[in-house]
Amino acid sequence: MSEFPSRAKCVVIGAGIVGNCLVGHLSKLGWTDMVLIDKGPLPNPGGSTGHASNFIFPTDHNKEMALLTLASQQQYIEHGMNNTSGGIEVARTPERMEEFNRRMTSAKAWGIDSTLLTPAEIKELVPFINEKILLGGFYTPSVSVVDSLQTGTLMRESAVKAGHLQVFANTEVLDLETKDGQISAVVTNKGRIEAEYVVVACGVWSPRIAKMAGANIPLTPAVHQMADVGPIDVLQKTNAEVAFPIVRDMDTFCYERQSTGSMEVGSYAHRAIFMHPDDIPSNEASALSPTELPLTMDDFDPQMEQAIELMEMLGDAEIKYAINGLLSLTPDAMPVLGETVEVKNLWSAAAVWIKEGPGIAQLVAEWMTYGYPHLCDPHSSDISRFYPHEKTEHHIYARCDEHFNKTYGIVHPREQWASQRNMRRSPFYPREEALGATFFDARGWERPQWFASNAKLVDKFPAVCEPREHEWDARWWSPITNAEHMQMRESVGMVDLTAFNEFDFEGPGVVSFLQYVCVNNVDVAVGRSVYTPLLTPGGGFRGDLTIMRLGQEHFRVITGAFDGGRDKYWFKKYMPTDGSVTFTDMSQALCTIGVWGPNAEKTMAKATQTIDADGKLIPFDVSQANFPYGSVRDVLIDGVPATMFRISYVGENGWEVYTRMEHGLRMWDTIAEAGKEFDIIPVGMGVYAVTGRIEKGYRLMGAELESEYTPVEAGLARAKVKSADFIGKAEYMKAREGKPAAIMCTLEILDHTSKSGIKRYPTGGNEPILTKTGERIVDAKGRVSRVTTAGMGPSLGKYLLLAYLTPEHAVEGNELRVMYMNELFPVKVARVGSQPLFDPTDARMKS
Amino acid sequence: MNILVCVKRVPAPGARINITEDGQAVDTAFLGFTVSPHEECAVEQAVQLVEKHGGEVTVLTLGPAEAEEQLRTAVSVGAAKAVLVPITESDWDPQRTAQAIASVITDLENANGKFDLVLFGNESADSCGYQVGIRVALKLGRPMVNGAKGLDIEGSVAKVRRESDAGLEIYMLPMPSAVGVKEGINLPRYPTMKGRLASKKVDVTRTESTGSVGGLKMIQLQRPPERVSNTQILGTGPEAASAVVDLLEELGVFK
Amino acid sequence: MSVLAVIEHDRGTIATASLGVLTAARTLASQMGTTVEAVTVGANADALSSVAAQYGASVVHQAHHASLTDFGPEAWGEAVAQVVKKISPQVVIGTGTERGHEVVAQVAARLDLPASMNCTEFDSAFTGAQPLKVVRARWGGSLLEQAEVDASIKLVTLANHTVEAVESPATATHTVHEVELNDSVMHSFVQDRVERVAGVTLATAPVVVSGGRGVGSAEAFAPLEELAGLLGGIVGCSRAVTNNGWRNHTDQVGQTGTRIAPDIYIACGISGAIQHWVGAMASKNILAINTDKEANIVTKAGYAVIGDLHKIVPAISEEIRRRRG
Repeated sequence: MSEFPSRAKCVVIGAGIVGNCLVGHLSKLGWTDMVLIDKGPLPNPGGSTGHASNFIFPTDHNKEMALLTLASQQQYIEHGMNNTSGGIEVARTPERMEEFNRRMTSAKAWGIDSTLLTPAEIKELVPFINEKILLGGFYTPSVSVVDSLQTGTLMRESAVKAGHLQVFANTEVLDLETKDGQISAVVTNKGRIEAEYVVVACGVWSPRIAKMAGANIPLTPAVHQMADVGPIDVLQKTNAEVAFPIVRDMDTFCYERQSTGSMEVGSYAHRAIFMHPDDIPSNEASALSPTELPLTMDDFDPQMEQAIELMEMLGDAEIKYAINGLLSLTPDAMPVLGETVEVKNLWSAAAVWIKEGPGIAQLVAEWMTYGYPHLCDPHSSDISRFYPHEKTEHHIYARCDEHFNKTYGIVHPREQWASQRNMRRSPFYPREEALGATFFDARGWERPQWFASNAKLVDKFPAVCEPREHEWDARWWSPITNAEHMQMRESVGMVDLTAFNEFDFEGPGVVSFLQYVCVNNVDVAVGRSVYTPLLTPGGGFRGDLTIMRLGQEHFRVITGAFDGGRDKYWFKKYMPTDGSVTFTDMSQALCTIGVWGPNAEKTMAKATQTIDADGKLIPFDVSQANFPYGSVRDVLIDGVPATMFRISYVGENGWEVYTRMEHGLRMWDTIAEAGKEFDIIPVGMGVYAVTGRIEKGYRLMGAELESEYTPVEAGLARAKVKSADFIGKAEYMKAREGKPAAIMCTLEILDHTSKSGIKRYPTGGNEPILTKTGERIVDAKGRVSRVTTAGMGPSLGKYLLLAYLTPEHAVEGNELRVMYMNELFPVKVARVGSQPLFDPTDARMKS
Repeated sequence: MNILVCVKRVPAPGARINITEDGQAVDTAFLGFTVSPHEECAVEQAVQLVEKHGGEVTVLTLGPAEAEEQLRTAVSVGAAKAVLVPITESDWDPQRTAQAIASVITDLENANGKFDLVLFGNESADSCGYQVGIRVALKLGRPMVNGAKGLDIEGSVAKVRRESDAGLEIYMLPMPSAVGVKEGINLPRYPTMKGRLASKKVDVTRTESTGSVGGLKMIQLQRPPERVSNTQILGTGPEAASAVVDLLEELGVFK
Repeated sequence: MSVLAVIEHDRGTIATASLGVLTAARTLASQMGTTVEAVTVGANADALSSVAAQYGASVVHQAHHASLTDFGPEAWGEAVAQVVKKISPQVVIGTGTERGHEVVAQVAARLDLPASMNCTEFDSAFTGAQPLKVVRARWGGSLLEQAEVDASIKLVTLANHTVEAVESPATATHTVHEVELNDSVMHSFVQDRVERVAGVTLATAPVVVSGGRGVGSAEAFAPLEELAGLLGGIVGCSRAVTNNGWRNHTDQVGQTGTRIAPDIYIACGISGAIQHWVGAMASKNILAINTDKEANIVTKAGYAVIGDLHKIVPAISEEIRRRRG
C-alpha cells in the first residue's frame, strides 16, 4: 500500500460516479497531484451509485439538465459502458399524452430521436405489456442502461495510470480544516492531508462532510423504492442484460427495467421518506449497503398492484431484492455544484444522479480549471443560488416532499410551489392581498403576478385580453396581465420590486474592484448609474445588472431575485481582501416600487418633496431636465426618505423607488394616493417580467443571457470597450472582432391555430425554432435555436418569442417555425438584435 | 395435513451488529426485520409439504405487534393463517416463551383439531437459545427432533433427515410430531408480488398468552473483542504462490 | 454437589467437544471446591469412563438402558435428566454442538430448568451458592450476552472451540444408572443411518479452501477443488454462494452453516461478513485471497494475498505440484 500522503493539490472525497469521473476529467485537464478517498470499499463504496438502476432517458425540458445528460451518455458510450435498450414512457391518461407532445418538442430541441407510439406499437416492442390500459407511448430508441461503477472505475484508473492520482478506500473523513476562510486540510482515519482544493462528491453524505468545514450543501438523502423481481421466463430467454425497452409507467410514477432474467420495478410514487445524513448507517452496520435500506413494504404495495396491472407476469415473479434506496434530493430538484459560498476552494459536486454524472464531473472539472465551465451554463445547479432560508432542513424537507412525486410528474414551466410560501413578504403585501393579488413565489418572496382588482380592465382592452383556449396555455396565467400592461402604457402603474437584491460596496478600492468585475465603465459621476454584464473568464454572461453610484466611494448593485445569491458570491469572490472595499447586503433593508407610465412623472411630482438650501420642504423637480434617465436622487415621500432611480425594464418613463422596509407601506399609500387621479393601478410581474420586457426585447439572465453566449451575440456589446481590465475581457475582445455564431432575435407568431383548431401560446420553455421544413437550427458552436422567453406583446398585438438564430436565419422578415406541443407554428423574425420592437427609439422612457 | 410453523421476528443486521447505549438490545434503527433464517426454511418446508399432501399452513409468532410483518411475509409465500401472540417486552426468556406458545397451540388445537406437524427453527438467529421448540414439543407431548435437513411425510410418519459428522441420520416420528428445521433443508422462495398483496388481506389472529418468567436472565449485550490481526501480505497476484506454499509447509499442512 | 459434564459420543466414540467440556467443568469445580463428574448415555458408553477420568472426572455416571444403542434426543435427554435429578449437581455442562444443545434443552424441558447455550465464559467468582453468571454467544457469536442462570441446577452448554482440552488424569468411579424410558421418547431415535463416505468433513478437515461471491460461478470452483484435493482438504463456501445456487448448503461455512476450526482456512473472494466470519474464526490460521486489500477478511486474516483468485489459486496448485515433482 502506498504511503498515505500528507499533502495534495486536490482531495476529492467520494468515489461514486461523480468523484471517479471528476478525477478522470481533472487529470485530463492537467491536475497532477490528486487524492481520491472514500470511506467505503472499492469498487462499490456503498453510496447511491452502487444501487442505481443506471438507465438514461435523455429528454429533459431543462436545457442544462438535457445537455449534461447527453454529455454523460456520450461519455458512457466512449467507455463502452452504454447498453442501448430503448425506452418507452407510457401514458394512462390524456394529460400524459399531452405531456408526450411536449416531450417530443424537447427531444426535437436537443436533437434526440423520439417518436410517439400507439398502444399496439408499444405491444410490439414490449410483448408482455398490457396495452389495453395505455393510451400511447413516447419512445426513445437511444435510451440506455449504463455501467456507472465500471465507468467510474475506468475514469479513476485513467487518472491513476497517468500518475496524477492516489486512491484510498476505507478512508473516512473525520474533519475538514480551514484557514482564513479557505480549505486547508482533510483529516481522515488514515491521516491528515493538506490540500489546496477539496471537492465534496459524497452524494447523500455531502451535507455532513461540508458541515465539517462550516459549509452548507443543501440536500437530503431520500428514499427511492426499488424491487428486483424474477426470474421471469420471457426475460431469461433473452439471455441479455437488457433486451426489452425500459418502460416508464409515467402516470403511476413507476418504471420497469429488465435486469437480465428479472425486472427492476422502481417507484417515485410513495410518500417522500427522508433520512438525515448523520443517521445513515456505516458500511459495516448495513445489511446490504449504507444506501440500500430495508424496503418499507407498505409504501410499495400500491406500486406492485399498478405494476401487475401493466405487466401481469410480474405478479408471479419473486421479490428477490427490494430496497429503500437512498438518493439525493435538493429543494429545487437540481444538483448542487460549484465552490461553496462559505469556504474558498471547497467545492461541491453533489445531488447528482447517474444519468448526468459524467457530464457534471466534466463541468465541475472545467469550472475548477478555467474559472467557469465550458460544457454549459450551470446557472440552475450553482450552489451559490440558494438564499439562507433555502438552506435550512425545514425548507429542504418541505420542498423535497412537494417535488418528489413530481419526479415523473407533469410540471408546468410556470408551476408554482405550494409549500414554504409566505417566507418573504414585502411591506406592501397587505395592500396587495387586499387588491386580490395572485402571488407567485420568487425565491421565497411573494410577488403579485396580477391583481384581481384589475379584472375590470380586461373589458377595457378586449383586443389583447382574449382568454387562452387551452388549459395548459392558460395555466398560471391571466389575461389581466395584458390589461395591466395596457393600462400602464396608457397611464401609470406601480410594481412591487422588493425582491430585488441591493449590494452596497464602499471604500477606496471600490472603483478598481468593480471595474474588474464589470464589463462597462462604472466610473461614472455620483448620482449616475451603469448597466453592465458580468462575464465569465470565457467571455460569456455570468451576470447582468445595474449599478448606482451613490457616492465617490459608494456603489449599489441592483440585481434580480433569481440571481441574488449567485451575484453576491461572484462579487465577493473577487472583492479585495485588504479591507479597501466593504460589502453590505442591503437586500433585506430596502423595499422597491416601480412607478412607470406616461403619468408616472405627474404622479411622482405630487408625491415627492425635498429640502431646499434654506431647510424648507419644497416639491421635488422630477422633470427629465433635472432628473435625467439613468440618474439617482434622494427625495422625501410624505416624509419618508427614498431613493429614486430613473430607469425602466418595461419601456416607460418612470422610476424604481427605494426606501427602507419599515417605511414601505407609507410610501406605497402615498404613491397610490398621488396616482389616483391618473387611475394608477398595481401591476404584476406578468407585465414586468414578460409582456413589458419582451416588447422591449430586454434580455434576462438565466434565459437569454447564459455563459454560452457573449454580449456580442446577445446584442448587448457597446460601441466602445473601457480601457480597464475586467474578467473575460480577452475573450470579449475576440468575440467583438469575429462574427457572432448566433444573434438574439425577436420573433412573432404568425398563426396560433393548431391542427385541432385551438389557438396555442408557447410557454417559453426551450421550444425549438425550426426551418420551414422542420429542421433544427444549430449554430457553428453547436448551440440550438430555441425559445428563451415567450409572451404577449399587448401593445404590439403580437405574440413574441426571443431566440438566438444563426446569421443566415437572423434576417428580419425571415419566416421560420416554432415547435410547440409537437406541432409547428409559423413565425417571422421581427427583430434582429436588441433594438426594441415597441418604441424603438426609447422615446417614452425619456419624455 | 395441517402444519403450524412457529417463527420469530429478528433484525436483519449487517457485518457489524450495533448495540443500543443501554446494552439491552440490538440497535435496529436502520435495520430491516426478517423471519429468523432457519424458520424461513421451516415455512418453506411446510408450504412444500402442503403443496404435495394438501392441508394448510398456519404461522405463529410471539413478539411485538410489528411481528405481524413477518407473519404476512410467511403468508405471502404460502401460509394460510397467521397467529400473533403479542408481547410488549422486547423478548421473553425461553421458558416463558415456550409456556405461552404451548398454551396458545393447545387452544388452537382444541378449537380446530391437532396440527399434524409443529415446526420450529433449529435456533433463533438473535438469541440462539436452541430450546423453545423442544420445550413446546414436550408440553404438547409430541416427539421432537431438531436440526432437520430433510423432512418428508410417509403415511402417518414424519421422516426427518439430519446430518452428523458420522453421516446422515434418519428419524421416523409418528405424527402429530414436532420438528426443528435447519437452514439448507431447502432454498426458501421469495414472496411474489401477488403473494405479498394477498397477504395483506389475511386476518392475523391476535391471541394473548403468558407464561411465568424463567431462570435465564439477560444482563446485557456486548460486542466480542475485535480480532486485530497484523495481516501479513504474502504478495500480489500469482507470483505470491511460492510464498503461500512456503507458509503451507511451515504450518505443516503441506508435506 | 458437583459439576456434571455431559459426554457426547457417537456409538461409543467420544466427541472431541466433550473434552473441552470436561476441562471447563474442572475449572469451574475447582473454584467451587467440588468435584467434576460426568454422565454418559447408552448401552455402548462403558469405555468412555476412562476417557472422562483422563480429563479429571471423579465419577462417571452411565445412564444405561438396553435400547440406547444410538442417539435419540428425547431418550438421551430423559436419561440425563433422570441422572441429574438423582445426583443434583450444581452445574450441568453439555457440548456446544447440535446434539449437545439438543440434549441439554431436553433435560431443561423435562426438569423445567433454565438453560444457557453456547457459553464462552463462566463467572470466575462463582461458588455454587449464587446464580451463575455467564457470557454466552448470540447471533452465532457476532454478539455476546452477559446472562444469569438462576436455578438450583444450572444447565449450560459450552460454546465449541472456546476451551482447549487439557488432560488431568484422575481415578474415576463408574456408576451405572438404569434409566426408565417409556416408548414415547424412543420415537425420536435414529432409525437408520447412512454412513458418510470416508474422507474429511467440513467440520473436521485440516484444510478448508473456501470461496465466496468473488468466485463468480459454480464452475469456477474447480480450481478450489483442485487445491483442496492437493492439500487433503475440503471446499467450503459463503452464504452468497449457496444463495446463488453455486454450491450445496452442506458446504456453507458460517452462522447458519458449519462452524469450522481447520489448521488453515483459505478464503478466496470472500469479503468476510460477520455471518461468515463467526463460522471461520476458530480456524488456527487464515489466508485470505482477495482483490481488495481492505476487505474485512483481509484485515482479520493472519495472511493475505492480494489479487485475482482465479489466477492465484491455480498458481498455488501449480507450485505444489512442482515441489512435489
